Amino acid sequence: MGITEYIQLVFSDYTLRTITLGTAVLGAVTGMLGSFAVLRKQSLLGDAISHAALPGIALAFLFTGSKDTNILLIGALISGLIGTFWIRGITSKTHLKSDTALGLILSVFFGFGMLLLTFIQKQPNANQAGLDKYLFGQAATLVESDVWLMTIVTGICLIVLLLFWKEFKILLFDKDYAQTLGFNTKIIDVLITSFIVLAIVLGLQTVGVVLMSAMLLAPAAAARQWTNSLGMMVVLAAILGAFAGIIGTGISATQNNLSTGPVIVLVASVFVLFSFIFSPKRGLLFKQIRLIQNRNDLELQKTLTFMYHIVEDHDDISHPHAIRILNNFRGYSKKGLRKLIDKNYVVVKGEMWSMTPKGFEVAKNLYNQNGKDD
Amino acid sequence: MISAQLEIQLIASLTAVACAIPGTFLVLRKMAMISDAISHSILPGLVVGFFITQDLNSPWLILFAAITGVLTVVLVEKIQQTKLVKEDTAIGLVFPALFSIGVILIAQYANDVHLDIDAVLLGELAFTPFDRVFYGDVDLGPKSLWVIGSILLVTLIMLFAFFKELKISTFDAGLATSLGFSPLIIHYGLMSVASVTTVGAFDAVGAILVVALMIAPAASAYLLTTNLKKMLALACFFGVFSAIAGYWMAHALDASIAGSMTTMLGLVFLLVYLFAPAKGLFAVVYREKQQRTEVSLITFLLHLQNHSEPEERHVKHLNEHINWEKVRSKTVLNLAQKNNMITIENDLVFLTEKGEEFTAKAIEYILTNEEGLIEDMKDDFFLFRG
Repeated sequence: MGITEYIQLVFSDYTLRTITLGTAVLGAVTGMLGSFAVLRKQSLLGDAISHAALPGIALAFLFTGSKDTNILLIGALISGLIGTFWIRGITSKTHLKSDTALGLILSVFFGFGMLLLTFIQKQPNANQAGLDKYLFGQAATLVESDVWLMTIVTGICLIVLLLFWKEFKILLFDKDYAQTLGFNTKIIDVLITSFIVLAIVLGLQTVGVVLMSAMLLAPAAAARQWTNSLGMMVVLAAILGAFAGIIGTGISATQNNLSTGPVIVLVASVFVLFSFIFSPKRGLLFKQIRLIQNRNDLELQKTLTFMYHIVEDHDDISHPHAIRILNNFRGYSKKGLRKLIDKNYVVVKGEMWSMTPKGFEVAKNLYNQNGKDD
Repeated sequence: MISAQLEIQLIASLTAVACAIPGTFLVLRKMAMISDAISHSILPGLVVGFFITQDLNSPWLILFAAITGVLTVVLVEKIQQTKLVKEDTAIGLVFPALFSIGVILIAQYANDVHLDIDAVLLGELAFTPFDRVFYGDVDLGPKSLWVIGSILLVTLIMLFAFFKELKISTFDAGLATSLGFSPLIIHYGLMSVASVTTVGAFDAVGAILVVALMIAPAASAYLLTTNLKKMLALACFFGVFSAIAGYWMAHALDASIAGSMTTMLGLVFLLVYLFAPAKGLFAVVYREKQQRTEVSLITFLLHLQNHSEPEERHVKHLNEHINWEKVRSKTVLNLAQKNNMITIENDLVFLTEKGEEFTAKAIEYILTNEEGLIEDMKDDFFLFRG
């Protein structure tokens, strides 16, 4: 199936359109909020929350007997929030560190959730089938109302973000300053954490408990590499998240036997890898290139300085010298010499080189800047 | 109790001990989340190992998975070294990606094999007694028992052999380096043990329970003691207790053993978290409240010492001038009176001799922060107990 054909199918096929829209909206909202999680060094909070949401789903089912997505998600939201605030209680009231608190809540809540799920499965007359879709997510079960719910939540998120943009930003980068300015940091903190929990809970149905944290992190981590501005980062993360959703859905829809969640996560991971390597400012590739360039420049300068020391002893600066004597110098290379010739700092005749007046001036200033001689 | 039940509990207990030992060090080294990452990312290792050996029972599978575990740690560290993202983000990026690869590989190529993701996450403790090892015709017991038993044995040998090194490098990496141990070797040694334990254990109890068994007992123990040996012992005890109690809970509810063991671990932690004598929630909240009162007391005594005029010493004045609520000023007054530091005559407050002496001492302690000055007051005051 070609790409154009697939795009046509997206627009014509109801199920595919719903799923694509759903994953795109989900990617956008998680990318947006994930930016805050990443910058607040709460990256793994998403992992903990998504696992902590599981018992809520099971309990909601046990109490109401309903499999309505919204009711289950409310249960997930409540238990996710309980998990989050317990984590906070552990780190603030005891000497246990955040990694311990996260791992503890994550595994204990998840284990409890699994206990409840297996307990439900053993119940007679319960139509429990389908609860385990929250483990790994099933994008295929998305219906239009789910997408509407996601869109509404995204809209609310966006409004709140814009309204409290200044507060969020200040809290993010300088909490103490925010406090001295008189902002209620606790409320802002709770607000943003609650939204992160909400976004995670929304994604459970699509990508599942286990992989949800990557949805939160990957777009934000990728976006972070391209910009140093918070606004740009949030926008970029939202766009990258949406594209990860669309592309992931596309790949899994056109292949057999590929569940959507893992594919979306892998696509997002590829984005991250690409950003790590190719981002112009922070990327590894350009960093390496800059490093090599700097090293070459330095060697060139050293060679020039070395030549300058030889030339300095002679009255006539254009007095020729043998290239041979440069061989002892570590920074010297034929390529370097050619570069010096190109810059018209030295001229070479046969086996001899001599310095031009321009080269002499440059070398002299170089020497002064280095401040070695005084 | 039939022998299968006994065997399950034995396997669960051994697993608990095998996990609690590396878990204690992970918690102390602030690397608890690494165990979560390892437990997820061994999945592709298992799948690839299975493709190569074509045998789900091959010991090579454990080796492959363990190598993937160590690889995860290396990958996380490499990403972290680029300084493009923080450490926790690096962890959060690596393991979902690896786990996704594992899930996709299973779905694509191993769908007809019994390599169920649910089983990976939860394990099948209930089935472990059926997978037995035979020597000729002699029944040697369940396979899991042998696997986890040998892992535990190796872990214990390593623990006893390198206890000193582990201890020093955990609490003071700089000292360890200067003494000539390489913290790096210890680090990767610990990571390898954690990785092998995770793989060996998760066959029986699943990936999530492995994480819980590593972190929860150690975290509970850490709230009760600051002595490494006691912490290890307590962690093992909590692990074994939860394993056995969890088994019987699962028996009663007819639910997942792994799930109820984790729930027991959570309950144990909750109890310790709330009621631990010095570091539990109630103790901390009580201490904070006492300290607040005592700070108020000292402020109040200092105020009395500084002012001789009657209007500054009036009981009512407490509320107005120092701006305390009524309840609090009452508590403070009572505390001061109980300790014979003030006398109240006609609603005027006076410092007693003891009170003056105490105030002078307290100021000196606050200024110099020298122990000993306040030694005799320590029993009565939380504030000076540290």
